[in-house]
Amino acid sequence: MNFLQPSTWAEALAMKAAHPEALPIAGGTDVLVEINLDHNRPDTVMDLTRVADLAEWATEDGLVRVGAGVTYTRIIDELGDRMPGLAMASRTVGSPQIRNRGTVGGNLGTASPAGDAHPPLLASDALVELASASGTRRVPVRDFFTGPKRNAARKDELIAAFLIEPATGPQTFSKVGTRNAMVIAVCSFALALDAGRRRVRTGIGSAGPTPLPAPEAEQFIEGELDWDGRQPPSDAAVARFGELAAAAAKPIDDVRGTAAYRRHALSVMARRSLGWAWQDYRVGWA
Amino acid sequence: MKVACTVNGAAREADGVWEGESLLYVLRERFGLYGSKNACEQGECGSCSVFLDGVLVCACLVLGGQANGRTIVTVEGLTDASGLHPVQQAFVEAGAVQCGFCTPGLVVATHDLLQRVRKPTEAQIREALAGNICRCTGYAKIIDAVNLAAGRT
Ligand SMILES: Cc1cc2nc3c(=O)[nH]c(=O)nc-3n(C[C@H](O)[C@H](O)[C@H](O)COP(=O)(O)OP(=O)(O)OC[C@H]3O[C@@H](n4cnc5c(N)ncnc54)[C@H](O)[C@@H]3O)c2cc1C
Ligand code: FES
Ligand code: FES
Repeated sequence: MNFLQPSTWAEALAMKAAHPEALPIAGGTDVLVEINLDHNRPDTVMDLTRVADLAEWATEDGLVRVGAGVTYTRIIDELGDRMPGLAMASRTVGSPQIRNRGTVGGNLGTASPAGDAHPPLLASDALVELASASGTRRVPVRDFFTGPKRNAARKDELIAAFLIEPATGPQTFSKVGTRNAMVIAVCSFALALDAGRRRVRTGIGSAGPTPLPAPEAEQFIEGELDWDGRQPPSDAAVARFGELAAAAAKPIDDVRGTAAYRRHALSVMARRSLGWAWQDYRVGWA
Repeated sequence: MKVACTVNGAAREADGVWEGESLLYVLRERFGLYGSKNACEQGECGSCSVFLDGVLVCACLVLGGQANGRTIVTVEGLTDASGLHPVQQAFVEAGAVQCGFCTPGLVVATHDLLQRVRKPTEAQIREALAGNICRCTGYAKIIDAVNLAAGRT
């Protein structure tokens, strides 16, 4: 096995261009499991933990640009006010040891349909910044997941960062699992209200080949909500929102749950999420 | 490859480390520090918990090469030769140890918690120790031990 250890971002991109087969490693919470259990024996690994740029975040043109190497613990501690949905999801990831080391960049790299960062990134219309020695591009996260554990990055590209608009309304994240900690989601649901633009955005996890948005549910409920008067939506509208969210999922039966259970749980989570978020909007959002 | 780092205050070096080798393997098999336990090698049990540059991590999920030049504190480094660390003493007194395999990881994770939160609530204790699995005790005495240690530090 070859071990590459770039110390700058430019060096990392040059190494990736020269060794497109190199497997990047950040927190290692996915990669080391594969190596330890012998599920994967990469020829070359490239350690990104020396690249200081990747562990930084900054505000840029009204967006927060968060380096791919920022850990869940730091997102919770440093960015919880600006991205409450992602922070809430981060709190459900693994254990303190995993959150201290694991990164959103790694979650995006693995692109598991169950990755907990993905639903809130979808609900925030985040952008993923991909970079190579020949340039940089920003891909809407809705186009980033191309299949189970597959993403839009080319072989010569690395994930540089994700970009998110600071919350413009209440955000929620819910996750169904067998325990309160250390669980892969049976299914999960993220919701973001965009009070200024009067938009509702969603993200579904672990109930399809990729993380998914629920656009029909979004469009339906945007038209139903009383944005000015802030009165609660009717029970019928909330129920319909739940149905449409569940209908957007493409779940399968697997060891963690059945497709039918996942659809049911999603409709419940979507209904409740809307209730929580709307209550926050009514009492707290300027 | 060569791995050189500071472990429990001392400079340590190992040659011939396989590039896919975990920090846990380096600590145990190359440096002879058997306090950090290997139970799952997949981040699930926490028995390999150590501090890497002051941050609580699972040593089984860190590549040896990633630890190059870094500072590591293992359970052996929490106390000097003078006796037990207050967290260790509390685990003994509360009867929070049965087979003892999970204990080093729990001691390190508890140490991390009490550094951040002086008097944690039960919910905070449970959350902080959620990544440390014990197959023997049923956790009640472990929580007693954390409370005992918190009362003394
Ligand atoms: C015990 C345990 C519990 C877990 N619980 C959860 C959970 O609750 N929810 C959840 O979503 N996940 C969970 N995970 C999975 C894992 O922690 C996450 O997917 C995490 O986000 C991975 O981040 P990392 O930095 O450790 O990635 P790594 O393991 O370092 O890398 C993961 C993948 O991303 C690629 N990669 C990393 N950085 C980059 C980059 N900058 N550019 C391009 N590719 C890159 C790597 O090549 C690799 O393919 C758990 C894992 C363990 C071991
Ligand atoms: S051996 Fe590292 S977490 Fe179990
Ligand atoms: S005392 Fe045996 S595993 Fe905890």
